[in-house]
Amino acid sequence: MAVVAAGRVLRLGGRWSAAASGGPSAQTLRLIYTTTAAWRKNVAASGPEKYTEAFIKKQIEEFDLGKRHLANMMGEDPETFTQEDIDRAIAYLFPSGLFDKRARPMMKWGEDGRPFHFLFYTGKQSYYSLMHETYEKLLNVQKHQDQLVAQGFSLQKEKKNLVGSRWLTKTELEGMLLEKLSDDDYSRFIRLLEKLMTLPCSDIEENYIKKFSKEIAVQLQKVSTEPLKYDEQGVAFSTGEGVRKTSRATAVVYDNGTGKITVNGIDILRYFPVLQDREQLLFPFQFLDRVGKHDAICTVSGGGRSSQAGAIRLATAKALRSFVTETEVEFMRQAGLLTVDPRVRERKKPGQEGARRKFTWKKR
Amino acid sequence: MLRSVKGFICRPLKLDHGYALHMAAKDCFSSVVSQDVQTPAEKPRAIFYTNESDPAQHSEQHEGRHYSIPLEEVKAVFPHGLPYRFQQQIKTFQEACVMVRKPALELFTYLKNSNFAHPVVRYVIYGERGTGKTMTLCHVVHFCARQGWLVLHIPDAHLWVKNCKELMQSSYNKERLDQPLQASFWLRNFRTTNEHFLKEIKTQQKYVWGKRDSTEQGRPLGEVVEQGLTRVKNASDAVGVVLKEIKQQCCLGSFRVLVAVDGVNALWGRTTLKKEDKSPVSPEELTLVYNLRKMVMNNWSGGAVVTTLSQTGSLFKPSSAHLPHELLGKEGFDALDPFVPILVPNYTEREFESCYHYYLHCRWLQHEKARTEDGKEELRFLSGCNPWQLERLSAPL
Repeated sequence: MAVVAAGRVLRLGGRWSAAASGGPSAQTLRLIYTTTAAWRKNVAASGPEKYTEAFIKKQIEEFDLGKRHLANMMGEDPETFTQEDIDRAIAYLFPSGLFDKRARPMMKWGEDGRPFHFLFYTGKQSYYSLMHETYEKLLNVQKHQDQLVAQGFSLQKEKKNLVGSRWLTKTELEGMLLEKLSDDDYSRFIRLLEKLMTLPCSDIEENYIKKFSKEIAVQLQKVSTEPLKYDEQGVAFSTGEGVRKTSRATAVVYDNGTGKITVNGIDILRYFPVLQDREQLLFPFQFLDRVGKHDAICTVSGGGRSSQAGAIRLATAKALRSFVTETEVEFMRQAGLLTVDPRVRERKKPGQEGARRKFTWKKR
Repeated sequence: MLRSVKGFICRPLKLDHGYALHMAAKDCFSSVVSQDVQTPAEKPRAIFYTNESDPAQHSEQHEGRHYSIPLEEVKAVFPHGLPYRFQQQIKTFQEACVMVRKPALELFTYLKNSNFAHPVVRYVIYGERGTGKTMTLCHVVHFCARQGWLVLHIPDAHLWVKNCKELMQSSYNKERLDQPLQASFWLRNFRTTNEHFLKEIKTQQKYVWGKRDSTEQGRPLGEVVEQGLTRVKNASDAVGVVLKEIKQQCCLGSFRVLVAVDGVNALWGRTTLKKEDKSPVSPEELTLVYNLRKMVMNNWSGGAVVTTLSQTGSLFKPSSAHLPHELLGKEGFDALDPFVPILVPNYTEREFESCYHYYLHCRWLQHEKARTEDGKEELRFLSGCNPWQLERLSAPL
């Protein structure tokens, strides 16, 4: 034994001194100094981690002790302290600034050391359980179908209204299952649902399917144009409103006119000295070939000269809809006379001089 | 006769819908009255053009139509005074065509019926920017020149109160300031317009210009003008002398005087000129303005004073001001009061058509779309029937 020990010491290369007395077999070698490398545990050589029975038992005891302490702290009875009470206590005691659910401290494990869900070790337990459930429904429907066929009923499939609904998107499904999905998983699930839908007797599982579909709001075409109004002299008129950037304009367009347009009580020639603005106002009338036929009285506020002109143009175009046939309204819409211009001033960002302009780049 | 009248009336109905029926009908009636046989090629031209070149003969019949002034007459009567863009137009078209409009016709009736024994009546032409005030004034000047009046035409009084490079202290009166450049320029043009008058009018007192120069009594006024032109230092005083002489002698009745001032609101506003010690100059400290003010007073008889208000050249006045009391200020209004105001509006429908056809005839509107009905409507809308706007719009077309 000593020889072996000596051999080990020799191998590790420490310094050792020979004792003064005795022959080689009776010599005891005393270790003076060893390197630190000898003291470090050789992790790779010891093999995979082994949880011994004793270790697990100790952990369970510590857990129970901790549970009793927690119950005492909360002022509750330690004997009847369930898992839900533990969860509540933790949520109360550690109001975490970390709002992610996974960052919260957990005390959850089955008594017997097994996870709760039978599909835990698949990694995506809720996804696979969902797939199992859906397949179960599918088999159910097929069984029902076979029963009906056995009884002799004919199978009819009414066309379900596929237009007005859509399946949940991947992100929505992830939110529902609280688990990350891959695109492949998602598409497999959707294919399964579609297969279920195509079966004739899927009406029995309609409630289940409804959980995974959403209604799309059908966009109604706003085709309604207001009728013409008549004022005291019997002259037809119609109103319209328009916006552009920060300007708001209202226009009242009268029939049987001479092409005179008044803005805020001032003639357009004086209100818009620039030709470009007057051309904008001309555009709706010229498009409909009604240049000298209508009078207009407009009010406008806000914005600058160009945006006011754009707002009045939109307002007059909207007002002219009532005077004109449906096809011409469609032409106006395609010409862009009836759409609100969505461009607004872009915000200035920090670190840049303007919305897009960066500071002058200096090499050094 | 009736059949021929019907024939003339029926023909316009077959014409383009663009021409107003009443205008075409009027053409027919005028043609029937004057017994002209108008060929179809000339008929469109008659809508905007008239052969009558004497302004004295212009009446409502010719309203809305252009008449042309021979180019030599233009050089003689208007050495200065026509708007710059109109001068360019004359050069381009090689003819000077002026439109006969209602305010001018109104002025002609007043002038024809005025009693020259009474103190002079002052007429103030006012209106929005670019409606034709200066052109109306020029029309009146042409009328008076044809009638044989002496015309004192100051093209733009604003030129005398701003952008003056040389200001000298007046030799005649220590407090006033002279403007030799503007005065000599004006004297030269005055000489061009009124050659024969300068020989007839004689001075009534002796004027001493300096140590060696003097003009005796009884010398023709032309000599005073020459003196002003040769000795530029005395030009402003020469102007003053001319004005004084004319005023004195006009009351005698041998000739009529028309004082035509464009931009009369300059005489009572502020100036942008500064004296050497950087203090601002007020208008009455300028010799030219001082003498002109005396001329515009109504304490003489035997003529007329026709003035125009102008905002474009005015100083320190907002661009929306165009009424007399806004542009003249209290001082000017009191000085000119009483006066006959004459408003010059934008083009009427008929005048617009006339101007449009004139441009088409001169091939000024080159764009294909401009020839169409839609193009005309577009021009009408975009210019708002304002002559200045219409002219600027049609220039690049």
